[in-house]
Amino acid sequence: MRFNRRIAAGAFALAFMGVLVFGALLGLLQEGLRSTGQTLAVFDGYLFRIARFTLWQAVLSTVLSIGPALLVARAFVRHPSFPGRKLILQLFAVPLALPAIVAVIGILALYGRAGYLAPAISALFDWRWPGTYGLSGILLAHVFFNMPMATRLFLAALETIPSHQWRLSTQLGMGGMASFRFVEWPVLRSAIPGVAGLVFLLCVTSFTIVLTLGGGPGATTLEVAIYQALRFDFDPQRAIVLTLVQLMLTSAILWLLTRFGAVLTGDTHLPIGSRRLLFPGRLERILNHTIIALALLFVGSPIVTIVLAGLKADLARLAMDPAVQRATLVSLALAFVAAGLSVLLAFGLVAARRSLELKRRGSSAGFFEHLTDGGVLMVLVIPPIVLGAGWFVLLRTSVDVFSVAPIMVAWVNAVMALPFAVRIIRPAHDAASHRHEKLCSSLGIAGFARLRLIDWPPMRRPALLAFAFAMALSLGDLGVIALFGSDQVQTLPYLLLQRMGSYRTADAAGIALFVGILCLSLMYVAGRESAAADAPSR
Amino acid sequence: MWQGEKVQPLMLHPVNGSPPKSAGLALEKISFAYPNGPQLAFDLKVEAGDIVSVMGPSGSGKSTLLNLVAGFEQPHSGKILIDGRDVTGLPPHQRGVSMIFQENNLFPHLTVEQNVGLGRSPSLKLSPKDRKAVASAIERTGLRGKADRLPSALSGGERQRAALARVLVQQNPILMLDEPLASLGPALKDEMLDLIKELHQSQGMTILMVTHDPQDALRLARTLVFLEKGHIVATGTTQELLREGAPSALTDYLGGRGV
Repeated sequence: MRFNRRIAAGAFALAFMGVLVFGALLGLLQEGLRSTGQTLAVFDGYLFRIARFTLWQAVLSTVLSIGPALLVARAFVRHPSFPGRKLILQLFAVPLALPAIVAVIGILALYGRAGYLAPAISALFDWRWPGTYGLSGILLAHVFFNMPMATRLFLAALETIPSHQWRLSTQLGMGGMASFRFVEWPVLRSAIPGVAGLVFLLCVTSFTIVLTLGGGPGATTLEVAIYQALRFDFDPQRAIVLTLVQLMLTSAILWLLTRFGAVLTGDTHLPIGSRRLLFPGRLERILNHTIIALALLFVGSPIVTIVLAGLKADLARLAMDPAVQRATLVSLALAFVAAGLSVLLAFGLVAARRSLELKRRGSSAGFFEHLTDGGVLMVLVIPPIVLGAGWFVLLRTSVDVFSVAPIMVAWVNAVMALPFAVRIIRPAHDAASHRHEKLCSSLGIAGFARLRLIDWPPMRRPALLAFAFAMALSLGDLGVIALFGSDQVQTLPYLLLQRMGSYRTADAAGIALFVGILCLSLMYVAGRESAAADAPSR
Repeated sequence: MWQGEKVQPLMLHPVNGSPPKSAGLALEKISFAYPNGPQLAFDLKVEAGDIVSVMGPSGSGKSTLLNLVAGFEQPHSGKILIDGRDVTGLPPHQRGVSMIFQENNLFPHLTVEQNVGLGRSPSLKLSPKDRKAVASAIERTGLRGKADRLPSALSGGERQRAALARVLVQQNPILMLDEPLASLGPALKDEMLDLIKELHQSQGMTILMVTHDPQDALRLARTLVFLEKGHIVATGTTQELLREGAPSALTDYLGGRGV
């Protein structure tokens, strides 16, 4: 077989991921085997309690997100010309783009003991509002993140209902209930397992929210316990057992999810729905409008609070603060490297997969092709904190773990963003390849000329989009840096966490506003680019 | 720059220098199968300068036949000869074959001029002479003033003309067309057929065209090749095969809608 550059690129990308994953597992295994007795001793009531809480909070979060999301999505689909509908739906995409730590600041500033709502609640119920730490805080934050996302996913499913079904329903004079039963529910029912599974997976692997709003023995999840075992108790054995339990849990969920055919990378694109003219009754109209208003209030108020609380901070002093300046530079540099790497790796995987697919011409896909395809999703099984933990344990005897922080952060973030980057790049790449492959070989366009003239121009937009997305993702990440961060190497989310920890709440709010704006503008640019790319070209 | 000049848009002349020599084509005991697909076998001889229409039910292997000659597929055994030269192992662009597909003949992000230019240089490094050839080919396919347009700003017929303009600058001895008219309306279809005919008259290349329409075959092609289930079941002059003693497979295919 001739040497194929595209397949080689894919192999390199896989190796890059593989080393990261297997290095982490090796670190864990090596440490675990060294003292099996101690490791087994960790299986105790503590572990059981933590595993139970992890699942319990995820179940509650899922139910509380999915239920309202169904109502809201349905309300949106029944009112295609609701005033401000598009704007509200855009707002519903914001939590997904917001780093968890930033959202936590908003939730605390709103619902916290000293939050904007505390005086009102205390006065109303004549009772000192205790704040939202613990389970209630975790649930609030998870619903804030997942309810809008689930709404958009359900709405996307509902928008696939063809217009003739809507026409038929109005012609038959179906009311709200009948239309729900015969038109909307069948579509929603098939969408629920996938969406619920996705929300559940996100809540089981949620780290930042539980770390900042939970913690304590009563409200700790496996991921946070791993972090605590390594950072505070320095108990690698415990970390290993927790990691294994977490891996088993996420693998099981992921396995179930793929059986339901869920979209694991949470597509945020809303399709343009079919044209429909509906005549909901008065009662339904009032009900739906109330539901949308309440959802808007719930999603919008923490976002507004982030802005308000952030503006209250001494922004001028923060801007001059050398720690903030340095963290900004470090964050931007690391996110830039991670995003660049992620896009390159994604191209390698996508090109290799396509190349292999072309080569086999209709016979069934081989193992290597499956790796370049579904293998990417493998990283979703392994939360960043686990990757970080493995390498932390592996490296701690040979090097100063805090000095490798930049490498680890960029590496892990690049790999974590990979499934998303692949999802953005692959459709455009494969479509272009489908159109161009024969033409190129017929005209003899190959090598660098092909890259420059044929492959790059149609890929520029998706590549930029994937880059912006990956950059926003790693800019707001508080997974690996929580483990590897130190006074020498701080990113903005790490600095934010530190300021929160030392009760410099105003500083934290100011930084949160800054990080939030950074991430949202990246996502906004990316979203606009992709919307322009999606628009029909003729 | 061509404004003042008087050109007949549809008159085709060889671009730069002598017309390409037409070449004979032969498929010798070619056998081929897609993975999990049926076995195909082709034996065919095409005279230099002939125009051949390839007909047959869908799935009979028409496009595969063209793909084998073009080099997009490799036969399991047998030889493909172009102008007496064995090209079986050569990559598509070294075979002296130009190809036009039903659609997607142009890169959508490149202008007409660039798309045509790629026929001269696959890295678009064009000499002044090449540029002149490109401009003249665009002129002669009736696309004057549209050199800077993107394919999306052209009609379906204009896109196929641009592809023909590229064939003109490529100057390959063999041209293959895979249902080039299928997505065009009746009037555009006639125009394209005339254009291909004129191209043949001026350039003298050997042409193979897959088509579904017996009218197209009659208008253009001297020879007809009829395929069924991966084999060539009839070869002969178009007139004879379509008008007179057509084999039963062909009459079944035409379904009494003969000519």
